Amino acid sequence: MSEHIVPVRIYVTIFGVLLVGTALTVWAAFQDFPWQLNTIVAMTIAITKATFVVLYFMHVRYSTRLILVILTSALFWMGIMFALTFSDYWTRSWISIGY
Amino acid sequence: MASHATTAPETHGHPALQHHFENMEQQREAGTLGMWVFLVTEIMFFGGMFLAYTLYRSMFPASFASASNHLDITLGTVNTAVLILSSFTMAMAVYFTQVGKHRPQVLCLIVTLVLGLTFLGIKAKEYSDKYHDHLIPGRLLPGNPYNPVVAEHGDKDPHKLHLLEGATVKQVEMFYWIYFAMTGMHALHMIIGAGLLTYLIIFSLKRRFDPEYHSPVEVIGLYWHFVDIVWIFLFPLLYLLGRHLEHG
Repeated sequence: MSEHIVPVRIYVTIFGVLLVGTALTVWAAFQDFPWQLNTIVAMTIAITKATFVVLYFMHVRYSTRLILVILTSALFWMGIMFALTFSDYWTRSWISIGY
Repeated sequence: MASHATTAPETHGHPALQHHFENMEQQREAGTLGMWVFLVTEIMFFGGMFLAYTLYRSMFPASFASASNHLDITLGTVNTAVLILSSFTMAMAVYFTQVGKHRPQVLCLIVTLVLGLTFLGIKAKEYSDKYHDHLIPGRLLPGNPYNPVVAEHGDKDPHKLHLLEGATVKQVEMFYWIYFAMTGMHALHMIIGAGLLTYLIIFSLKRRFDPEYHSPVEVIGLYWHFVDIVWIFLFPLLYLLGRHLEHG
């Protein structure tokens, strides 16, 4: 049985990273960054936290390549859903056809 | 079929091995793969709600920021920490199952369940606060329709709605539709997760899981971490998006 067992110190490290990330995102939310940077900072921290959970808590880093392919394809198709929807909504005001 | 029985019978010895798998490793990997396919459907399911959120937030930015600022940031942050801690104890439960330590395994599962219920308790407190501030959208609850009191300029009452420049009460209602839909679906997933954890605790006490066979612990762990990830995105998107505008 060749199952990779993730050592405890990695779990503890990831737990620490997630708590620091939470504190950081709350702190950043109260800073008045220019333009849309508040949202970008918040999303960057959230994506980083989620990546750590996926790679280590969910063992994707130690799993077969197939798991990674399935996860990536899900995110890719979600990207299509967002891209096509917003290519419609965000361009409606470009032309006037009576809305 | 007959050839299976004659070759290496010792790898077929585990009572949990189903007949259609070659060995325990293949069975475990098939189970994990199946769970990931299910999680893909969950990503698409929550993805649709994140899409609705992004769309309406881009249309009503000031109203969404005003509505978000009414949420309790302290309870939200505490709940985030509670959920992250529960993800950690769930990961440790999987670890202790893999190395065959029975008592710490059961203990970790129980702590995970207690933390999950703590999260739901705090969430219920938040929902109750929104009910008392008349922020339940539409007429979902008879006798208490959506009807928040808008604060005058300089009024610091936290139970009133503080509208930023350009925000309207009607658009704030849209935020609360999305807030209750997303946190409600998340809470439903937590309730299902609590049920699954109860099952794990009962069967762990019966010593059903060992280093050779622990797919249920691993797979329910994947589910629990997924629900945690959804909250990792919900927290900044719902609670934090307008905080930097509060004092401006």
